[in-house]
Amino acid sequence: MKHFSDLISAIEITNKTNAKIDALVDYLKIAPEKDKLWLITLFTGKRPPRPVKTTLMRQWCLEITGLPEWLFLESYSSVGDLGETIALMLPDPNHHIDKSLSDWMTELKALKPKSDAEKKIYVRHAWSGLQVQERLIFNKLIGGSFRIGVSKKTLVNALSKYSGIDANQLMHSIIGHWDIDTISFDDLVNGEHINYDNSKPYPFCLAYSLEKELAELGQPEEWQVEYKWDGIRGQIVKRNTEIFIWSRGEELVTSQFPELVALLENFKEDFVIDGEILALKDNAVLLFNDLQKRLNRKNVSKKMLEEVPVGFYVYDVLEWNGDDIRMQPLQYRRQLLEQLLTSNSAHDTLVISEIIEFTHWNELDAIRNKAREFNSEGLMLKQKNSPYHTGRKKGDWWKWKVDPLTIDAVMIYAQKGSGRRSSKYTDYTFAVKKDDGLVTVAKAYSGLTDKEITEISRFVNKNAIEKFGPVRTVKPELVFEIAFEGIAFSNRHKSGVALRFPRILRWRRDKLVEEIDTIEQVKLLITNPN
Amino acid sequence: MKLVKFTKKGIYCIPGKFYLDPWLPVDYAIISHGHADHARRGNKFYLCQTDSKAILKHRLGADIHVESLNYNEPRIINGVQVSFFPAGHVIGSAQIRLEYKGFVVVFTGDYKVKDDYITVPFEPIKCHEFITESTFGLPIYNWLSEAQLQQQMHDWVQKNQAHNRTSVFLGYSLGKAQRLMKLMEGVDKIFVHSAIHNLNTAIQGSGIPLPETELLNYDFKKEDVQNKIVILPPGLLGSKLIKKIPNAATAICSGWMQIRGNRRWQAVDAGFAVSDHADWNGLLSAVKATEAEKVYVTHGSQATFSKYLNEIGISSAEVKTEYGTEEEEAELITEKTVSP
Repeated sequence: MKHFSDLISAIEITNKTNAKIDALVDYLKIAPEKDKLWLITLFTGKRPPRPVKTTLMRQWCLEITGLPEWLFLESYSSVGDLGETIALMLPDPNHHIDKSLSDWMTELKALKPKSDAEKKIYVRHAWSGLQVQERLIFNKLIGGSFRIGVSKKTLVNALSKYSGIDANQLMHSIIGHWDIDTISFDDLVNGEHINYDNSKPYPFCLAYSLEKELAELGQPEEWQVEYKWDGIRGQIVKRNTEIFIWSRGEELVTSQFPELVALLENFKEDFVIDGEILALKDNAVLLFNDLQKRLNRKNVSKKMLEEVPVGFYVYDVLEWNGDDIRMQPLQYRRQLLEQLLTSNSAHDTLVISEIIEFTHWNELDAIRNKAREFNSEGLMLKQKNSPYHTGRKKGDWWKWKVDPLTIDAVMIYAQKGSGRRSSKYTDYTFAVKKDDGLVTVAKAYSGLTDKEITEISRFVNKNAIEKFGPVRTVKPELVFEIAFEGIAFSNRHKSGVALRFPRILRWRRDKLVEEIDTIEQVKLLITNPN
Repeated sequence: MKLVKFTKKGIYCIPGKFYLDPWLPVDYAIISHGHADHARRGNKFYLCQTDSKAILKHRLGADIHVESLNYNEPRIINGVQVSFFPAGHVIGSAQIRLEYKGFVVVFTGDYKVKDDYITVPFEPIKCHEFITESTFGLPIYNWLSEAQLQQQMHDWVQKNQAHNRTSVFLGYSLGKAQRLMKLMEGVDKIFVHSAIHNLNTAIQGSGIPLPETELLNYDFKKEDVQNKIVILPPGLLGSKLIKKIPNAATAICSGWMQIRGNRRWQAVDAGFAVSDHADWNGLLSAVKATEAEKVYVTHGSQATFSKYLNEIGISSAEVKTEYGTEEEEAELITEKTVSP
């Protein structure tokens, strides 16, 4: 496992995607055929089910070390990763096991049906024969994410660099159905098991933020204005009765949205359409937070399908019965799109993006400001004659987002992050004033620089009042400006309000805790966002 | 018997009327070692171990009033017998042993129990009360042997050289830098930053031999440094100087590097768990060897380590002090010693 261990060490230390890709390519060059296939399996979420429960691993670790459970938990909260905590706590190895990645995986697969006693013998033997880093990897092979910042996309780019095969094709190949016991690496990357012609997506056309006055865009009638939605930008490819859904991250997400697939199966035409995957209920768009519950699940339960139904707001059509029509003007493509959706029964699931009627540019500002009321994040302005560009081009498409709402709040809880952030307090809870005390209004994880996080972590270490598991209560002293996209009354929150997409806009070192907002001031934003 | 008490200014010896590593200015300070969080400015009188004297003068000013004792050379102060014993932390570091009417208290300052082949190795001392640090007082901290560590680091340098890269190690100037020099001795030419160089000169001035190094001048020639080894204080991460080093591969050397999240936090090429503090088993073995009736646990994981000691039948209490963690020591030092 030396090579695989070196690979993980090389990947985990860098945050540069290119360095990760180079490390993966180096590994692919020397790894045996079967190990390469296992690498793909592990980094695409196709790994076999966990053969040993984490509770058992924890228990065995305590037995070996003789340490009390509270000390284990204390260590765990410091490390932030169970597999790593165990790897670090175990005593030094007394022999050395050297097996290939595929040998380990085959053995672990075979371990699944065995008794707990047999599992214990196997795992303990492995632990006593591996160094810390190898032990960590072994624990990760049993189950759990490596959390080293290798997405499917990164893996695919590495495979592409190594094999010279187109990245999108590789994405389809590795996501498609294949069996590690019967396929060869070459057949897999060459896509012998798939028909790439059917799934091939187009690069997305992306917009820049509006950077000039509306009047400078020209005549209002030359522009198509739509609402901008905050879901998952997606491309649906339907060719020869096969259906593929690609996300903008160039990942195939077809299996995550069975209701879309079921609906599209009834369509007669072949096409490629661009749009937004959104959580839709009773003709209204739900929050992204709701949609998130549906993402990255292996199986979508019936309950989940009912709770968070998903739909697709269609923006554009790129291919029509086999013809690439991206160079046709938007107006023409829009007509085809309307035709497609009126000639098929699309119910409320496949919805054409509404065109906003207006005659003067000055009408749009008011419309944009109201967009938040129905969970839209602003407007899209598109030149009616524009082609469907490849990538981000300036001039023809603009996005014009609503301004975020902001409040000043004080940090009261802090928690360590995960992965690269597991060594620092990166996740914070904020409060505003209520009567004589404070009330929690938001949690936020993003918006600060590494340097600021380091500084805040030191503050947390010095000013922690209480511990609740991994959470630290801190002296309410640091004030932050919190930005968010929307706000609504909520019974589920103690404060009575729910914020949408809260994030840290900046650290207000100039403000004292006395100067933060009150809950009454925050509630005023609901009725009067401006 | 109450020989010491924990005050706002630091650890105070009641009959002796002196302080151990005080963090506010006092009349009489006994210093365990030269790190900025233990040896602070503004005290009227300093007493330290012989090898620390030049370091203290170098860092706190040549005009400080300082006297020194060799290891195990007693001095009576107001009836209290004071002596220094090796702490193995950095050059000149000492545990401070106090004896009064047959009652013995030992304050460790910072220490490590494993031999780094450049510092006088740690020596366990029996006592009634033991005041121990706990920087790495969690069972996840278990250091590699010096030989294994050295192998890892040599492999890394070799790999760098194969890729035409210069190996840059970051470690604070007092202690870590000399240890890195020892670990890298004989591998290739070692360049050190002026902050380290000046300290080395002070150390060598008191007769302690160090591995051979060369001063990294600010206007160094790239071809001289290419593929070689460079040791810098950690504060220089991201500095112009480090960017000037040709094809630098950078490694942070600190006990915190034991944890993956810490290694990955800063954008460096490697992290080596090289620490001048005792690891979990080091702390436990040191505590047990003292056979102390009472163990006071200071800076680090004091709450956890103290709770655990009580559970295994060693009476213990935690004490809040103003001493830093390994990371903070580094920061304190670089602020002062790194010139632009």
